[in-house]
Amino acid sequence: MNEIDYSNFDVKKIRNDFPVLSQKVYEKPLVYFDNGATTQKPKIVIDTINELYSKYNSNVHRGVHYLSDQMTRLYEEAREKIREFINAKYPHEIIFTKGTTDSINLVAFSFGEAYIKENDEIIISEMEHHSNIVPWQMMCQRKKAKLKVIPFNDKGELLIEDYKKLISPKTKLVAVVHVSNSLGTINPIKQIIEIAHQNNIPVLIDGTQAIQHQKIDIQEIDCDFYVFSGHKIYGPTGIGVLYGKEKWLNEMPPYQGGGDMIETVTFEKTTYDIPPAKFEAGTPNYIGAIGLGVALDYLKNLGMDKIQVYEKKLLEYGTKKLSEINGLRIYGTAENKTCIFSFLLNNIPPYDTGVILDKFGIAVRTGHFCTQPIWDHYRVDGAVRASLAFYNTFEEIDYFCEVLKQIQKMFY
Amino acid sequence: MIINEIQDEIVDEFARFNNWLDKHNYLIKLGKDLPSMDEQYKTEKNLIKGCLVKTWFYSEFRDGKVFYYMDSESILTKGFIALLLRIFSGQKPEDIERADLYFIDKIGLKEHFSPFRANSLFKLVNKIKSEANLYKINKSK
Repeated sequence: MNEIDYSNFDVKKIRNDFPVLSQKVYEKPLVYFDNGATTQKPKIVIDTINELYSKYNSNVHRGVHYLSDQMTRLYEEAREKIREFINAKYPHEIIFTKGTTDSINLVAFSFGEAYIKENDEIIISEMEHHSNIVPWQMMCQRKKAKLKVIPFNDKGELLIEDYKKLISPKTKLVAVVHVSNSLGTINPIKQIIEIAHQNNIPVLIDGTQAIQHQKIDIQEIDCDFYVFSGHKIYGPTGIGVLYGKEKWLNEMPPYQGGGDMIETVTFEKTTYDIPPAKFEAGTPNYIGAIGLGVALDYLKNLGMDKIQVYEKKLLEYGTKKLSEINGLRIYGTAENKTCIFSFLLNNIPPYDTGVILDKFGIAVRTGHFCTQPIWDHYRVDGAVRASLAFYNTFEEIDYFCEVLKQIQKMFY
Repeated sequence: MIINEIQDEIVDEFARFNNWLDKHNYLIKLGKDLPSMDEQYKTEKNLIKGCLVKTWFYSEFRDGKVFYYMDSESILTKGFIALLLRIFSGQKPEDIERADLYFIDKIGLKEHFSPFRANSLFKLVNKIKSEANLYKINKSK
């Protein structure tokens, strides 16, 4: 991977594409290290949204008129762009949702209705985001099924042998995160999927924190479902994706009823349309979807391979610099990880570290990052998280580390 | 001492500092100096709901006055708590209820009291006032 030439990856120039990044907060240049929560949007995405609302707005799949026809075409082109970006087999395997949470709830409901019975089991992991825990708990409650949890070691790596032991004839689905939003761990999803498939168990992968950092090839991974949010991959908020293998989408019942998802409606009986329409009840977020398509074009243009190499350099540099700070403990030290640094600075409450960092213009997140079981594992209440993106720089890491040292002095 | 006198005193104290860093250093000092709340009061019931950082609150009504007890996992929040306790604890409920908290603006750290801030001290101030209101109503019954 390191052989990829990224010498023409001009971060200074790239930063100019993101209007938010040039501003000052509290009279200090903004250092945006909260990309795990949401990423900033390139100007081309912002301009597209503006232009669509200004010139083309019209509902999709409905009108016979020119504008509706144009918008429908752009919406379906966006679906194709997403298919291509993740190398899915068919565009109708791409369902537009509100985001990852919505995608997982859809599968938890529809898959649950179709296949889950009393005493069946679902396997998740100890490092899931709450959005990949709670929908399954709700489904288990509804169906009287059980949730099983793959543990991780102190470095933040899933214990694959324990996972194998959890699989039983009762296991109906495995739902695992691709990259941990708190620890940065890149999980061996291919291996996880292979093990499940050897036992004829389908797998859902939560790709929310993975897809913006590396090239995803759905057909190579061979997962059954893959979910992610648009706003975490430089696209608009309120749009997300559920990839589902054709077979499952055909068999699963719809999640929500409404307009655009039906074939015929009478008061006696309604028949449903085929996927993707079956799972997109109501007016979809078509401008969000098109905006997401433009964000993916932008990334394609930069090159996902180059992004990956540059971010790896940031990770290595950041890990080295942070490790040099006495009293700083990093949580999540997996061999294979993305540019996420969760840490505690001595015994300084993470909230306090975050508040002071903010005053220095540095945006981070503090708390449990919607992964409380992870912090239970480490027996702490939470941490500070710096999550970097390809528009972040080595100089920003230097400044960040200097400020952390200054904060230490304030408290000790 | 009446509420506004204490507020003025705090404003004077902060006037010594001409930058946010020194103000925060002072808050950290106040937070560290404030004794922790007795563990028996750090109950689920006394936790302030909706704060990112665990913050505890309870109050007592004695001899016509309200006494507040607060603690937080955050040292900065504890610093502010020290100020709030200094102003409000031991005051009459009617005085607490109608107090205008102008010191927040004047010390130049208003962002910490924003209702939109995740660990809002705004909630603590509201709680202080609503408890005072309850004691006032009960007293008049």
